[in-house]
Amino acid sequence: MDVLQLLLSGLANGCVYGLVALGFVLIYKATEAVNFAQGDFMMLGAFIMVGLVNPQFMGLNFWLAVPIALILMATLGYLLDLLVLRHMFGQSQTAVVILTIALGFVIRFIAGVIWGHEPQNLHSPLALGDVRFGGVVLSMADIAVIVVTVIMTMLLWQFFQRTKLGLAMQAASQNQMAAYYMGIPVKRVQGAVWALAGVVACVAGILYASKGTLDISSGFIGIKAFAAAVIGGFGSLPGALMGGLIVGIIEPFAARYLPAGYSQIAPYALLIIVLVFRPHGLFAQVRVKKV
Amino acid sequence: MRFHFKTSYDHDIRLFPDWYKFSLYAVLLLILLALPWIIDSFYLGEVTNVLIWSVAGLGLMLLTGQTGQVSLGHSAFMALGAYTCVNFMEAGLPFLAAFLLAGVVTGIIGALVAIPALKLHGVYLSIFTLALAILADDFIVILEPWTGGVNGYFAPEIWVFGIEINRWAAPETWYFLTLGTALFVTLIYRNLLRSPLGRAFAAVRDSEISAQAMGVDVARTKTMAFGLSCAFAGLGGALMGLFAGAFNNETFNFLISIQLLMMIIIGGLGFIHGAFLGAIVIAFLPQFLSIATDVLHITVPGLETGVFGMILIAFILFEPMGLYGRWLKMRTWLELFPFARRDMFRRQKSYLKTERLR
Amino acid sequence: MSLLDLNGVTLKFGGVTAVNNLSMSVNEGEVFALVGPNGAGKSTVFNMISRFYRPVRGKISFDGENLLNHRAHEIANLGIARTFQNIELFERATVLENLLVGRHRHRKSSLPEQMFFMGRVRQEEREHRLAVEEVIEFLDLQAYRDKMIAGLPYGVRKVVELARALATKPRLLLLDEPASGLSVEETQDMRWWIDDIRRQMGITVLMVEHDMGLVSKVCDRVLALADGAKLAEGTPAEVQSHPAVIEAYLGTSAISKTANAKGERV
Repeated sequence: MDVLQLLLSGLANGCVYGLVALGFVLIYKATEAVNFAQGDFMMLGAFIMVGLVNPQFMGLNFWLAVPIALILMATLGYLLDLLVLRHMFGQSQTAVVILTIALGFVIRFIAGVIWGHEPQNLHSPLALGDVRFGGVVLSMADIAVIVVTVIMTMLLWQFFQRTKLGLAMQAASQNQMAAYYMGIPVKRVQGAVWALAGVVACVAGILYASKGTLDISSGFIGIKAFAAAVIGGFGSLPGALMGGLIVGIIEPFAARYLPAGYSQIAPYALLIIVLVFRPHGLFAQVRVKKV
Repeated sequence: MRFHFKTSYDHDIRLFPDWYKFSLYAVLLLILLALPWIIDSFYLGEVTNVLIWSVAGLGLMLLTGQTGQVSLGHSAFMALGAYTCVNFMEAGLPFLAAFLLAGVVTGIIGALVAIPALKLHGVYLSIFTLALAILADDFIVILEPWTGGVNGYFAPEIWVFGIEINRWAAPETWYFLTLGTALFVTLIYRNLLRSPLGRAFAAVRDSEISAQAMGVDVARTKTMAFGLSCAFAGLGGALMGLFAGAFNNETFNFLISIQLLMMIIIGGLGFIHGAFLGAIVIAFLPQFLSIATDVLHITVPGLETGVFGMILIAFILFEPMGLYGRWLKMRTWLELFPFARRDMFRRQKSYLKTERLR
Repeated sequence: MSLLDLNGVTLKFGGVTAVNNLSMSVNEGEVFALVGPNGAGKSTVFNMISRFYRPVRGKISFDGENLLNHRAHEIANLGIARTFQNIELFERATVLENLLVGRHRHRKSSLPEQMFFMGRVRQEEREHRLAVEEVIEFLDLQAYRDKMIAGLPYGVRKVVELARALATKPRLLLLDEPASGLSVEETQDMRWWIDDIRRQMGITVLMVEHDMGLVSKVCDRVLALADGAKLAEGTPAEVQSHPAVIEAYLGTSAISKTANAKGERV
């Protein structure tokens, strides 16, 4: 029972990592950029919800606030692309990495100015009540996290495989110039991807805030999520989710069975092992440069 | 506009291309040597801080600016440098020996760490090194007997040739120690750039495939770049830890590596001057902001990192060559006046084409 | 006497056979060309000699030395230099620095010597520069010596790449489409340079080229490839009139003749 309990709570945590990791992979797949600010996007999405729902701020109804927050984050993602990232068009991946790290700094600063540096709790209807079956206790929030994550992943996967926009996004990522010549509006497609990444981050943020407290450095779980995306294999949506789950499940087990001080090491140690032995993740793509 | 007629190969090889450049740097050195008698001890401490960041920055610059490998984990190697230095000193070595040895040890460990990381490119290398930086924090706690764990270390007394290096009693001693280190590291950096290894770094950065075809061992070159880079970072870290007076597992957290990377980009990637200019920005920005907030009678928590992020975004968007690149353009403009044209400095339009297959 | 020997070399990418049981030998002092339609496996042969790819079967030897025992960066040390089809220069370095990288295999100084720029390094640097200046003189690159590669026109880059390969002082030079994308005048220059490289410097040349005009002027022997297999081998005239070659060109794509005239790039 103990093992099952650890497994389930790890699964719920892993889903949040997985959702943030999905955001990474989404942007990477479509724009070949790596958005290190994805964790801070999540934090911002969560804080927007806090701002809309919590009584000391606007005190709106939760279910009314969700679509507003999603729309706000989508707009923010699109605007960021329009105002900042579009000017990076064609520049190296490294420049974009550093830019998004800086963007994360700025988002953290702005969130701190608006909502303060104190930890906050989101008044979420998901945060109420536990479910117990056969000795295992699971909060409603955990169940919601798992369900929403599964649905999100399915939708995104279908989107990339089936829809025209999804295919255009993939094409645009692999060869910008060729995509241009094929009549794909590369820049607008990339804007759409950033908006989508904002939405995914917002969903992750709402779930994260429903599970526990939130503060402006919550965005640092983005690093763990990034590790998860790499473990699963960048460029693969199911891979990102799997990576998130692996990291999420490893954590409670490491905390339980490893001596104190060693448990935080587990996810990063796993990351390093994966990078050394399977540099392109567990779901690898082989690449050889043609000369 | 000056013309420089080269009459021997040595004109290209020597440290300063001509007498004009030589005299410029000679004047700069004289000013730096006279600085303790020009400015008060508070600002001397700030300049010392600039030089410490510059030493670590030169380390990262060698790896990122010259060899094109982005590391987000240099704080781990700075910590390693600081702890090895203190451990060597506690073992009874004189400071200078402990300090240089700390650099060497950090360099060797850095090179060893680089070996598995060599296969990784771009973002993968970044996340690998970031993981190292985060793990360093935990390892410092685990290795408590050598590191003092969360309690950390108080910097021991430092003696160099019978002179005590003391930040409070004699700030100029600290200043000269860091100035000496910065000059030493800069000289090695410069020497490498004009040697085969420096050119091999550039070759690996710009095209691994043709570097190989020219006989450059890419793996070995990257290992060397990583090792040297870590050695410099180790020296910088040792100075930073000792200068702070006390340090523990949180002194060198992963944000320090990110700050270091941002610093060299703001300064100008690939230029020695860039490391120093970036260090000036990073060391004086908090001062500047605290003066500004005092004047405006406001307090904004976290302002520093926020402004720092905004500056960086502005640089990447509008001046990817950093402060030094901006200076080069201004100088060209002045030299050519009034014949400089705007489009001389325009960046070429480029398209990203990846090597990804799917 | 043969300098480079390929013996039954086969390479597969996934299920596709890029080079199939190819045998050829290049004699010391000659100019040898590989021709064939796009995708025939010409560049792949180069990449196997450079050890970027490893053949699944067969042997490649250079002056009696088995190349398959060496790694990619050791090939230059044996005396093989090459250029690339899609120019691979060091973009953020000057022409001089690019050529000096070509001297990499002649360095003897150690890391500590370079860190402190000791006497031997300085002496070696002078020698490297002397050698590089000879190449600059030979290829008329004086005007571009201190220019960054990033701002140079295509034709000049092509010459810089040749210069960088020559700076290694090779015994065998591999030229991957030396004339592609060049103007008529530049192609003429290239022709005389290849002649001089062979006559004055005594370097053996193996090249891939689509421009049959250039090939027939500078080459002693030609090997025609199609679908990774040998079609014909002999003097340029023999190969051009070989029925299998004509069929391969006209049969697979009639447009390749016009493409050749323009100097196509892949």
